[in-house]
Amino acid sequence: MERKPALLTVLDVVAILVLLIAAYLALIYAPTEAVMGAVQRVFYFHVATAWVGMLGFLAAGFAGVMYLVRHDLKWDTIEVAAVEISLVFFFIAIALGSIWARPVWNTWWTWDPRLTTAAVTELVYLAYFMLRQGIEDPERRARFGAVYTLVGAVSVPITFMAIRLFRTIHPVVIGTPSAAAQGGFAMSSSMKVAFFFALFAFTIIFIDLFWHRIRLGRLANQVEQARLQAQF
Amino acid sequence: MKRFLGTIWAVIWKDLAAEMRSRELLSAMLVFALLVILVFNFAMELDVATRRSVTAGVLWTTFFFAGTIGLNRSMAAEKDRGCLDGLLLAPVDRAAIYFGKMFGNLLFMLLVEVLILPIYSFLYNVNLFNGGLLLVILLGSLGYAAIGTLLASMSVQARTRDLLLPILLFPVLLPVVIGAVKASNGYLSGAEMSEILPFLNLLLVYDVIFISIAYMMFDYVIEE
Repeated sequence: MERKPALLTVLDVVAILVLLIAAYLALIYAPTEAVMGAVQRVFYFHVATAWVGMLGFLAAGFAGVMYLVRHDLKWDTIEVAAVEISLVFFFIAIALGSIWARPVWNTWWTWDPRLTTAAVTELVYLAYFMLRQGIEDPERRARFGAVYTLVGAVSVPITFMAIRLFRTIHPVVIGTPSAAAQGGFAMSSSMKVAFFFALFAFTIIFIDLFWHRIRLGRLANQVEQARLQAQF
Repeated sequence: MKRFLGTIWAVIWKDLAAEMRSRELLSAMLVFALLVILVFNFAMELDVATRRSVTAGVLWTTFFFAGTIGLNRSMAAEKDRGCLDGLLLAPVDRAAIYFGKMFGNLLFMLLVEVLILPIYSFLYNVNLFNGGLLLVILLGSLGYAAIGTLLASMSVQARTRDLLLPILLFPVLLPVVIGAVKASNGYLSGAEMSEILPFLNLLLVYDVIFISIAYMMFDYVIEE
């Protein structure tokens, strides 16, 4: 049984601290947006959680490739961790986005490229877990999981581009928005501070959770192995 | 190369011969497709006005649903009767087995589609014999069979089997759904070529990408 690394404990504390600071910056420090009012404050955590979802998505695709190349179950543990974090954070991003969209777009949901892509990623990852559940052999489970994450990693961006062929109303705050975007705004300098700090804070949180989840996966494997040994 | 093509043909021929003797798969897919159209008819009140906008959607939903029956069946038959092991023991390139199964699945799907189109035209008095639409059907079904064959060969090896295939397939199939429905709609409503072309390109790109991915991944999926 391995001990919890000291660095991980430090990272836990840092993660909680930056989350508190990010919350302060988003809720109190940043000015209230002129048109949308207080609901715009959702934006800081909305983008940051979607960013974590995206990091998980990329990490999962990378781990999938590495597993197929190396055939090392370590990469399977990493892949599951990444998929799970991505699944949870895309869900939070969707929920926060809906809270913002209700007053601003006057609807909880629209089939915009970003919204649809996030929702499809959720479905792909739910399917991923159902696939894993149906397979007992760990080696085959890892192989199929890796293949399916890769299929998802290729298909999801194509879905995004496919829906982009229609028009979109999702605002683009960084970069140039399309003419039909609704609810966009220009960030003041203190808004930028809150925004980039939220991104930074959630990146730390991502690393912390990722590490924890990989460690948990490894411990679970050890328990499973110990149980198998006890049986024989 | 000649040997590779020979293997592909042998696998297709095997599936065709088995189907010609049992006639289980094609009749099941066809009857199911007809039932889906029947259900749509009463679920959506397909009167003249609605029909114009939903024909492409109804057709593709029918094809996709009927297609999952075909995919499940074609891989389950291999697995149940130990056929897959036989195929894997054969000293041939495994990619050829994939292409054989894939073209077999595509062929069954196209057969069902060729039968459904005139029936739909007859029932709803719309002319579906349009060169462009046929091209879209070919491209869409190719993409469907390419990814479907890969995922079906995974799902038959899982405990949940046929339950799993649609759940795995539909989220990653979305680009085909969008491309096929939009392009078909364009042809049926007589839209400008410049409006249809992006969706044809989308289908083409998806087909190329997913045939290559399946080609690379098939080995990992059937490895024992």
